[in-house]
Amino acid sequence: MSLKLVNISKIFKDPDHANKEVVAVEDVNLEINEGEMVSFLGPSGCGKTTTLRIVSGFENPTTGEVWLGDKMINDLPPNKRDTAMVFQSYAIFPHLSVGQNIAFGLELKGVKADIVKKEVEAIMATMNLTELYNRSPDQLSGGQQQRVALARSIINKPSVLLFDEPLSNLDAKLRDLMRFEIRRIQQSFGITSIYVTHDQAEAMTVSDRIVVMNEGHIMQVGTPFEIYSHPANKFVADFIGRVNFLDSIVEEKNKDGKYLVHIGKNVKLINSSTGNFTKGDKVLTVIRPESLTVSIGEKDSGSVYNGVVEKAVYLGATVEYDIMVDGREIISAVTHNPVIEGVFKSGDRVNIDFDPAAAHLLGE
Amino acid sequence: MSDTWGRRSLRQLRQIANDPLLLIVILVILASLVLFIIYPLSKVIITSFLPDGKFSFSVFKEVFSSWYLRQAFYNSIMMGILTAVAGVGVGFVFAFTLARTDIPFKKFFHLIAIIPIISPPFIGALSIIMLFGNNGFISDHLLHLQNIKIYGFRGLLFAQVVTFFPVAYITLRGVLDSISPTLEDAALDLGGTRFKVFRRVTLPLALPGIASAMLILFVETLADFGNPLILAGSQFPILSVQAYLQITGMYDLPKGSALALILLVPSISVFFLQKYWVSRKKYVTITGKPTSSTLKSVSPIAKWILFAVCTFFALTIILIYAAILWGAFVKVWGFNNTFTLDHFKYVFSVGFGAVKDTLIIAGISTPIAGILGMVIAFLVVRKEFPLKHFMEVSSMLSFAVPGTVIGIGYVLAFNSHPLLLTGTLLILLLNFIFRYVPVGIQSGVAILRQVDPSIEEAAIDLGADSRSTFRRVTLPLMVPAFFSGLIFSFVRAMTAISAVIFLVSSNWNLMTVQIMSQVESGRLGAAAAFSVILVLIILAAILIIRAILTLKYGRFGGTTLKF
Repeated sequence: MSLKLVNISKIFKDPDHANKEVVAVEDVNLEINEGEMVSFLGPSGCGKTTTLRIVSGFENPTTGEVWLGDKMINDLPPNKRDTAMVFQSYAIFPHLSVGQNIAFGLELKGVKADIVKKEVEAIMATMNLTELYNRSPDQLSGGQQQRVALARSIINKPSVLLFDEPLSNLDAKLRDLMRFEIRRIQQSFGITSIYVTHDQAEAMTVSDRIVVMNEGHIMQVGTPFEIYSHPANKFVADFIGRVNFLDSIVEEKNKDGKYLVHIGKNVKLINSSTGNFTKGDKVLTVIRPESLTVSIGEKDSGSVYNGVVEKAVYLGATVEYDIMVDGREIISAVTHNPVIEGVFKSGDRVNIDFDPAAAHLLGE
Repeated sequence: MSDTWGRRSLRQLRQIANDPLLLIVILVILASLVLFIIYPLSKVIITSFLPDGKFSFSVFKEVFSSWYLRQAFYNSIMMGILTAVAGVGVGFVFAFTLARTDIPFKKFFHLIAIIPIISPPFIGALSIIMLFGNNGFISDHLLHLQNIKIYGFRGLLFAQVVTFFPVAYITLRGVLDSISPTLEDAALDLGGTRFKVFRRVTLPLALPGIASAMLILFVETLADFGNPLILAGSQFPILSVQAYLQITGMYDLPKGSALALILLVPSISVFFLQKYWVSRKKYVTITGKPTSSTLKSVSPIAKWILFAVCTFFALTIILIYAAILWGAFVKVWGFNNTFTLDHFKYVFSVGFGAVKDTLIIAGISTPIAGILGMVIAFLVVRKEFPLKHFMEVSSMLSFAVPGTVIGIGYVLAFNSHPLLLTGTLLILLLNFIFRYVPVGIQSGVAILRQVDPSIEEAAIDLGADSRSTFRRVTLPLMVPAFFSGLIFSFVRAMTAISAVIFLVSSNWNLMTVQIMSQVESGRLGAAAAFSVILVLIILAAILIIRAILTLKYGRFGGTTLKF
């Protein structure tokens, strides 16, 4: 089912100061389509978990409406909402066996015992949990607990599945594995899902669309590709991956909407999806380190910058450089073919250039 | 300020109103707390300040103009302070020795230090009379002393220290166990001598615990009734006993109430001082890894000195219990040492009513107190509602209020229509339930603070309403705490005397009260036999509850047991 958030705000009372208020979420509007998986991505305290808890019903929005399909569900308590949450701590009932944990929701609905058993066994089979039926939760590994929590949520066939940082308690290797597992299961059941995380790589792998949040506001909504290649503002650009902001000055806007800008010693024709600039405006050219090309040599009139390598980190497949330009600005660059392109040492003079198609303008 | 409070209460009320069962439970609990804790206490205050229906200080003037009653006040306070200091001293030696050295027979020492907690508090007094009294085994038989002054200050102090040092031991053992020994290792490593490490690291870290233990012992000694009744004698008046004598001996309710109030004020102030100030000043040792003690912080000489001290106290306690046991099996203590079962025959014939009554009363009241405690703990930790703070404080109040005060309050509150309860089973049950509900609350709160709230949210999320969440998730998780709380409240109910001595009747009597009257009439053998049976019942109950727990919850890898 589709999910819609309309003008959602949440204001908390500061527990230490009775008269102070903390705005956790402000004026959030969002539509999530049927079967879509959307990530809420942002630093801690950005309001992503609060928004999730408003959807699940554990928090009431101060203002705004939550719509599930064509029903407004603001006044529905969490136990009557057709949403299912996978908790950060898994929240597996320690006094029940794995099978009893997964059966919990169906039993509450009054489903007959033999049908419950059949359904539990079926879902456990799809999630590779079959042998664990009678296990007690404290005998499970982290990954198994995660799967039990997921199975317990999915068996109720909820309209919306909510993940609250579900992988943050797993080690790195398992985390990578479970991302794909979660995505596979979500797609095979076709459940509309929200996935809260502060890990951008996680958000990129699991989601159809990413909602980047900061300080209670939505910063940008888009596919992983849009978010990474066309960040709507400085925060998004900086939060998702590494980025360079190059000081630039607008010369003119051409007829197909691109801008001719001065960057360093050069002029480039660059796209902007966000701003509307005129001649003389100071803007930022946003460019990812991997989109820069680095070549050794003294000042080359064709390149954007010429600088000195400050630091070079050789990682095998890639080399990461910090390059000092004009004696003040540090630009990060990543090269991908060290065997062919060579590895430069700190102190080397290098030229930096890029293809304007990879860049993107933002207002300051 | 009051405006925001009002608005918040209103919002909370609206939320609760969605859940009628919750609302009813909260209202019933609040009403019973008012009726069975606040109302009796206010009766004590009203009776002492309004002796003739109008407000006056006349009763208090009368009390403080009496040299004898003034002395009782001084004596009680002094006894409290001395017991606190000496009891915490002994308790600390035990706790430190068992936590920080590798002396032999540690389990045995631990057991010895626990036993006084599960016995009636006046066993010490009874035994001291048997050992050191006029016909005492040690004073008369071994040393041939006449007129050794065991009644009064010295005897009572000894009995109080023996009775209450285990409380200090348990508190301080917990404190010392939570101080990571690696801190002491680090201090040694930095070049401190062992004594310096103790003085500058261990002791300062344990200091909040020591202060807390002293305050607890002070309150408990001040409130104690059994030992002073047996041992204080007329030369050494004690407040709790004087309050009792005013009521039962002279039928002077205002004066008895005034004495109870004088007893109440220091008890309550020290209790809240301990609870809200000292107990918060504790050091938390932050370590990521589990630390194992290396037990190097005590030198071999110090270790054997501590061992000797502990052995001395352990032998004293053994002697006390041996005397009781022996006294229960000889014809006339001090005169005729032939073996007999007469005392037990007496207990199982004439005295069996009291045994039966005690079991019925403790058996009914402690599970109810336990469940009520769990429900209150749940409400206090997990729910928001107006008067929540009142519920928390008033339900914990009976921890602080001396039993004598509660007993007098119940006599005053429930001796007339429409609440004529004196002489009934109900008054004893109510008294026990509301006196031991804090035990359950404490263990319930402790366990709930450890249960991740998202476990309950998960149940709600899966479609459970608040009732089935509590029944199917919260309650099962609280069961181990319920049972361990049950053990403590059962022990306390079985050994209680100070409040119930006002409430027993010819229809409903209790073993502790029976033991008291046997002692008073000089039948030490029967008193000893009663005491032996009482301790055996308590031990059996503990073993049964433990067995149920391991049987039922052992299969979850023991994790639910550990809570």
